[in-house]
Amino acid sequence: MSTPSQFAMFRWLVRRDLTLAWRRRADALSTLFFFVIVVSLFPLSIGPDTQLLRSIASGLVWVAALLASMLSLGRLFAGDYVDGTLEQMLMTPQPLYLIVLGKAFAQWLVSEVPLILITPLVGTQFGWTRSALLLLVVSLVLGIPVFSLIGSIGAALTLGLRGGGVLLSLLVLPLYIPALIFGAGAAEASLASGSPEANLYLLGAVLVLTVVFAPWATSAALRISLE
Amino acid sequence: MSLNWYRYASPGKFYPVASKMIPWFATAAAILFIIGLYVGLFLAPRDFQQGEAYRVLFIHVPAAWMGMLLYILMAIYAGIGWAFNARLSSMMASSLSITGAMFTFLSLVTGSMWGKPTWGTWWVWDARTTSTLILLFLYIGFVSLQSAIDDPRRADRAGAVLALVGVINVPIIYYSVQWWNTLHQGATIRIVDKPTIAAPMLAAMLIMLAACWLYSIAVVLTRLCCAIIERERGVGWREEALTR
Repeated sequence: MSTPSQFAMFRWLVRRDLTLAWRRRADALSTLFFFVIVVSLFPLSIGPDTQLLRSIASGLVWVAALLASMLSLGRLFAGDYVDGTLEQMLMTPQPLYLIVLGKAFAQWLVSEVPLILITPLVGTQFGWTRSALLLLVVSLVLGIPVFSLIGSIGAALTLGLRGGGVLLSLLVLPLYIPALIFGAGAAEASLASGSPEANLYLLGAVLVLTVVFAPWATSAALRISLE
Repeated sequence: MSLNWYRYASPGKFYPVASKMIPWFATAAAILFIIGLYVGLFLAPRDFQQGEAYRVLFIHVPAAWMGMLLYILMAIYAGIGWAFNARLSSMMASSLSITGAMFTFLSLVTGSMWGKPTWGTWWVWDARTTSTLILLFLYIGFVSLQSAIDDPRRADRAGAVLALVGVINVPIIYYSVQWWNTLHQGATIRIVDKPTIAAPMLAAMLIMLAACWLYSIAVVLTRLCCAIIERERGVGWREEALTR
């Protein structure tokens, strides 16, 4: 029997995860609603002052997106770990790197693309201009994959531990800081009519570094957690 | 005769030597602390701009250095322990983490004690302060991950992955925080470039740094010895060493 090619494995994995997510639609939707609710809570706690809200909104949206993407991290490997699928995946001849990348990609499609799509709607609540909204979306497109990739390291390390959720956030939140700074900085610069390019380039650099190195660290962490 | 370094990588060989060295390091640390405090508090002159408040820097600066260095050291030991399956190295990393976190916390506390009279505020979102705070978070993550895992070998390796990811991130975090700060508020508060530091001040700083190093070695070795005793339960040499 010939082993399927590496790309076929990747495609199979993404399709499988999407099918699983489609059968449990409520999971992905709850992340989305969490994001919308958190963003809407801020005006209620700070006050309806439009000027103030507009000046801090990019930071609010970014922190809310960060928290929402952390919520779905616990599910990244947990289901496959419990039913033993993850162990089988580790034994396949295909590189674990690709498996991790495939799972992170599927996770991104399911939980984070909807979140990016709804951002313009959320942003209009704060009275943003069209160009500012566009920049916010671009910065989220570049930044959110960083969150899910770095988060996958933490998810792999905390697999099957008690109190995994809170522990996971302790591990990964400090590592999110560069992406948060550059991303929120880019969105903020557009509001202050400054130049957001520098922040976007830096965010892109962080994304490239993460795509290359994070799946590798996640693979190592998975092997440690499953041995 | 060449020295065999691997000999002391075995806990059984390391423990008797280490436990004998602890009192020496502890005594030296205590003596240097007393000398350093005397030089810093009584011999060093009053600062022209900052008055007496600057004297807290004699503990603040060494603590900040130790906090950063111990994190790098911890990551190196954790990496060695993971790569070569050397459990003594991994135990060393765990022992270092708590002392490192303590020094980082101490540098934050003393920093705000210095900031209140000098800058007029307890806390400033300045690049160094913020990155030190993030370093403390990284230590907390490492310690809490290791304490959540019951199997010591898994705890060692998981901690190693986290420490290495953290140590790669430290420069990125540092520069991002620095750029974030300059983008946002610019140089509103800056430590004025001091004229060349007076000799007693420099001496006090260096003595305190040496004292902090010796203290760290003594405490880390003590913690390491406790970890060895705990982990090598039921191994022959340990029963002999304890009953002797």
